[in-house]
Amino acid sequence: MTMAATVKYDEVEAGQEIPAVEYPVHRVDLVRYAGASGDFNPIHWNERYAKAVGLPDVIAHGMYTMAQGGRFVTEWAGDPSAVVDFGVRFSSMVVVPDDDAGATIRISGVVEEKLEDKRVVVVLTAKSGDARVLSKARAVVQLS
Amino acid sequence: MALNRDFVGRTYESSAPYEVSRVKIREFAAAIGERNPVCHDRDAAVAAGHPDLVAPPTFPIVFSLSSTGGALADPGLGLDFSMVVHGEQRFEYDRPIYAGDELVCTSTITEIRSVGRNEFLTLRSDVSTTSGESVCRTYNTIVERGGAA
Repeated sequence: MTMAATVKYDEVEAGQEIPAVEYPVHRVDLVRYAGASGDFNPIHWNERYAKAVGLPDVIAHGMYTMAQGGRFVTEWAGDPSAVVDFGVRFSSMVVVPDDDAGATIRISGVVEEKLEDKRVVVVLTAKSGDARVLSKARAVVQLS
Repeated sequence: MALNRDFVGRTYESSAPYEVSRVKIREFAAAIGERNPVCHDRDAAVAAGHPDLVAPPTFPIVFSLSSTGGALADPGLGLDFSMVVHGEQRFEYDRPIYAGDELVCTSTITEIRSVGRNEFLTLRSDVSTTSGESVCRTYNTIVERGGAA
């Protein structure tokens, strides 16, 4: 297995916090993600449709939010191949208005546990405004 | 409308292998803002010890759902797509996905349950190469809002 993570297992402690990063989200990001992922559900780009099915506005793909969590972990570890397990529950919607501000997803993390084989459990907190948009967000990361 | 519980345990095979291309990995990485060179530059990936470009951790969503699209679209299941939101998702890896992989997906509806007014359906997809090497498992729970009302 490749060991390219820039974070060393021996230098990480349980309870260690990973500083928050803010990820802006605009409508164009959702359109780009729709194209890249193949998920063209109109609730992610069509305000008229989203409101007709009872949503407050266009919402981000849950997978877009999860991908920002993945990016947070891989940027911390320095290696996109270091994530060996990653799971989330989508607990609230990221509403993305059609304006210059868009929405913001704020993600922070904690090293919850050190496992064997130089692996650690990272638990994420992801919020948009006051709403927690991911819960039970947990990644197992292979460090070096 | 309540989902048809007879679908629990049904298994679906992808109709054709999914070929993981460098172009798609780059496009997906760019769409999620992943800038690590091992997702974009083959030389950087090889220098880091990989056979080719590395797919970001959430990449399997690109092919794992399309392999089960037929199942969820079956009128017998009773799923109203306009009311569907994503409930939970998990990826469990045996090894990273690389450009050049040819992947097949076997997906099983493992659970359908009601929570309040909503219906929850969970799919597990076992992803392996065409030569039979296990690569990852994905677990996807969708929520049909108001389905159990």
